[in-house]
Amino acid sequence: MLAFIIRRLLQSVLVMLTVGFIAFSLFNFVGDPVSLMLPPEATQADRDDVRKSLGLDQPFYVQFGTFLGNAVQGNFGISLRLGRPVSQLLAERLPATLELAMTAAVFGLLVGIPMGVYTALKRDKWTSKVLLTGSLVGVSLPNFLIGIFLILIFAVWLGWLPSFGRGETTAIGFWTTGFLTTEGLKAIILPAITLGFYPITLIMRLVRAEMLEVLRTDYIKFARARGLTNNAVHFGHALKNTLVPVITITGLQLGAIIAFAIITETVFQWPGMGLLFIQAVQFADIPVMAAYLCLIGFIFVVVNLVVDLLYFAVDPRLRVERSGSGGH
Amino acid sequence: MNTPLLEVRNLRVQFPTRRGLLTAVDDVSLTIAPGEVLGVVGESGAGKSLTGAAIIGLLEPPGRIESGEILLNGRRIDNLSPEEFRKIRGREIGAIFQDPLTSLNPLYTIGRQITETILTHLNVTPDEAKQRAIDLLNEVGIPAADKRIDHYPHQFSGGMRQRVVISLALAAQPKLIIADEPTTALDVSIQAQIITLLKKLCREHGTSVMLVTHDMGVIAETADRVAVMYAGRIAEIGPVAEVIHHPQHPYTVGLMGAIPNLGEEVERLTQIDGSMPRLNAIPAGCAFNPRCTRKGEIGARCTTERPSLMNAGKTQAACWLYSEGVATNTTNTPQSVAA
Repeated sequence: MLAFIIRRLLQSVLVMLTVGFIAFSLFNFVGDPVSLMLPPEATQADRDDVRKSLGLDQPFYVQFGTFLGNAVQGNFGISLRLGRPVSQLLAERLPATLELAMTAAVFGLLVGIPMGVYTALKRDKWTSKVLLTGSLVGVSLPNFLIGIFLILIFAVWLGWLPSFGRGETTAIGFWTTGFLTTEGLKAIILPAITLGFYPITLIMRLVRAEMLEVLRTDYIKFARARGLTNNAVHFGHALKNTLVPVITITGLQLGAIIAFAIITETVFQWPGMGLLFIQAVQFADIPVMAAYLCLIGFIFVVVNLVVDLLYFAVDPRLRVERSGSGGH
Repeated sequence: MNTPLLEVRNLRVQFPTRRGLLTAVDDVSLTIAPGEVLGVVGESGAGKSLTGAAIIGLLEPPGRIESGEILLNGRRIDNLSPEEFRKIRGREIGAIFQDPLTSLNPLYTIGRQITETILTHLNVTPDEAKQRAIDLLNEVGIPAADKRIDHYPHQFSGGMRQRVVISLALAAQPKLIIADEPTTALDVSIQAQIITLLKKLCREHGTSVMLVTHDMGVIAETADRVAVMYAGRIAEIGPVAEVIHHPQHPYTVGLMGAIPNLGEEVERLTQIDGSMPRLNAIPAGCAFNPRCTRKGEIGARCTTERPSLMNAGKTQAACWLYSEGVATNTTNTPQSVAA
């Protein structure tokens, strides 16, 4: 197992290097930073000086090395638009995005798994068919449209929930949370539903398909032949066997939720990283974009690592070396 | 014979399909006495596994019992509610399936699976259930059972897993075990061990077994009586030695002739020409008539009228060759029961 973790860590480093390289090359696609920084009438000597002081005369691998060195220390430079360190900007925005993403993911699991189990067990009931058809809508409706509908219904018509922002937040150390105030809790409901809508439908369809598959297996048939109760068969034996793929997809979805919170955050003016990123794109604020790219890459890598470790918790077949020693 | 433990009367299992009803088990009647091992043989698709599944109440939809009765200890069980039937499964009728590799849930220790079964059916404490699980594992010959109980299925070999499956089937001391091809997936050397074990355990516990297999060797070794199935019907049923050495139904004769014998040098094995009819194309009259070598001795009756079981030597065969000795044993003649 240790060897497995080390191997995965090495792979993760490789992935991060690649992501870093892509982020780094962003800088070279938007023209020469030197000509952007200097007035048009600057002399060639001035340009060379600036170029040298910025380290841009070095070969690209040296520049890349410097970039990586800084990035590892969390230094992504200064935002062109806001004139503040990028790392500081991201750190301010990170809690908002993570809270939104986690709420959406928990929401997706808590609603998606029971719905998946239900539609698998009661395959022929009309409610299952309604849910399945409805989930097709969920899969195919774009995120922003759902958000706008929700705002229209719950914020404009009914006036129950706020339509934008994060409400009142409380600072706990560097972390600001919206979970501790009613305002904050109310504010997160609509964006979390919007963001969680796709994962719900995805998890539901996945759990359903996996359940139907598992219910056909011999060990389920044998569990029935042993006279176990339906609950024991369905939830004790079948559901646990569907979890490995569900964990995989949920993990990937969590990464995707964080990364693609951009749209939801824009619709709800949620002060998270996604909104920061959209604004950065509009202003060609390269340092922010590069840092965002690296951070999202990092989150994906961490989530995938956690997912791999969760497999060990669920499936004993992967733990064979450890528990095998307990025998004779 | 005393009251049979299991009595199946005129069982008919059908599958509705897009092209109409398929009758997979047709008018099957059989009995199993307490402590008796009944072998059920036949080719794939003869309906032997479905008969077993119907008895244990696990027919896969859309398959269903169209008519007939199943009685366990004289009590009718085929019309029980799903919940009542569940209580019988494991407690009164146990089951062993073909593939030990896939019969156990890979995510739970075998101990958990055994104690779960015991706790479902018997009124014992978890500690007692665990002790009983260890005893069971010892009984089926798993070494160091008190340690192995915490192991997962993948840590056992195929033969060992089938032993675990047997212990699971016996966990709540059922009186009848439906063993559906229990050795087919195992190595030949392991097969003999498992069969010996199954036979020994059932003798010790007084458990009856319905042994479904296509392996005549296993039947000869284990069964007291044997039912030969063909195209969803019983072709011949009788004491195992009689059916093997003096088969009466032309199909059984062909089947026995097709089994290679290690002791003898035979030029060629005999074979039955043709193949078993598909369920949607079972010929009128005797289902075996297109392949029957002795059809000429009877004439048109074979292709028009369906034979039921008739006394034939020391067995009963569904063949018009024996029409002068129409069976008198009520348990095995469909007509007398239906009347």
